[in-house]
Amino acid sequence: MNLLRFFSFARAARAQTAPAARERLQILLTHERSSGSQPDLVAILREEILAVVGKHVKIDPDAVEVRVERGKDISTLEIEVEVPVVAAARPAAAPVHASSTAVRKKHAHKKRRRAA
Amino acid sequence: MAQVVVVTSGKGGVGKTTSTAALGAALAQMGKRVAIIDFDVGLRNLDLVMGAERRVVYDLINVAQGDAKLAQALIRDKRLNTLYLLAASQTRDKDALSEKGVERVIGELKAQFDWVICDSPAGIERGATLAMRHADVAVIVTNPEVSSVRDSDRIIGLLDSKTVKAVKGERVDKHLLLTRYDPARAGRGDMLTVDDVLEILSIPLLGIIPESREILRASNVGAPVTLNNPACEPARAYCEAAKRLSGEDIFMTIPSKPNLLTKLFGRRAA
Repeated sequence: MNLLRFFSFARAARAQTAPAARERLQILLTHERSSGSQPDLVAILREEILAVVGKHVKIDPDAVEVRVERGKDISTLEIEVEVPVVAAARPAAAPVHASSTAVRKKHAHKKRRRAA
Repeated sequence: MAQVVVVTSGKGGVGKTTSTAALGAALAQMGKRVAIIDFDVGLRNLDLVMGAERRVVYDLINVAQGDAKLAQALIRDKRLNTLYLLAASQTRDKDALSEKGVERVIGELKAQFDWVICDSPAGIERGATLAMRHADVAVIVTNPEVSSVRDSDRIIGLLDSKTVKAVKGERVDKHLLLTRYDPARAGRGDMLTVDDVLEILSIPLLGIIPESREILRASNVGAPVTLNNPACEPARAYCEAAKRLSGEDIFMTIPSKPNLLTKLFGRRAA
């Protein structure tokens, strides 16, 4: 009896992994299906946003951080650009107090279902 | 006029060649005239799985380039006289396969056979897109495992955009063939279930082939599993899948966890 209880306990303690596989796949494939026509969306957004920021302040390309988090209903694209005080100070520009400025952009993917 | 089937998956090693051989043989066992074609140029294996590796003289590229007649290149199966194999080239580059050539070969095969089954190479490159190009029906071979499911999803996208049918605005009939399924592990929650995969890929199910030692035993001796041991579980599953492919409505039994009795005595029966 004790042995039986031990086995059922050991089995319960080892968590099931299939539900995790299922959820990861569902999220991933939702994104891959919707971005099928534009696979490089993140790269395009990154380049264009940085070009706009770069027009106004000098950017060190090594001090740019891009993060993407793909979620079930919403995705976030974060672009963090470090703007050094000296480089940012232009004659006509307003004084910059912080040592860095973060530009953040949110991007929500629309869910798409393939017809069955 | 023949139905052109592509057996595809994206991912390698999931059982495309095994399934092509087994489905082809099963259809031929039903009396149909079947041609199976290996599109894996440079890495041919369908000849080996069919036990015809020593009989290949001409291959798909020879026929596609006009260096050999189709009748010279088709290898008739020694066990089933309505089953023929067209091997891939082992030495040539996959770029040697032209779109025009493939179109002509498929056209000629369609006139002579009931079923033309194309064994696609892994990947999404030229060989794979050429194999699916003229398909009316696609059998998407998938293992209950994350990378295989993802690649199958990608292949479904290609079938909906790169095939002749898709370009004409028609639809390729897509079917899921779930292979290497282990009901015991799925029951324990350690493997994606049939329903999980069906829900994610949302295409109709053609068959469930259980994980089995019989698959390796059959390829060891160069025979399709449906011929090598017709009574074993995967052979029966392939035969049922072949019947569904030809339009028969057959009840799908989802393999269940074997109980102690079948574990102890089942092997002898199989």
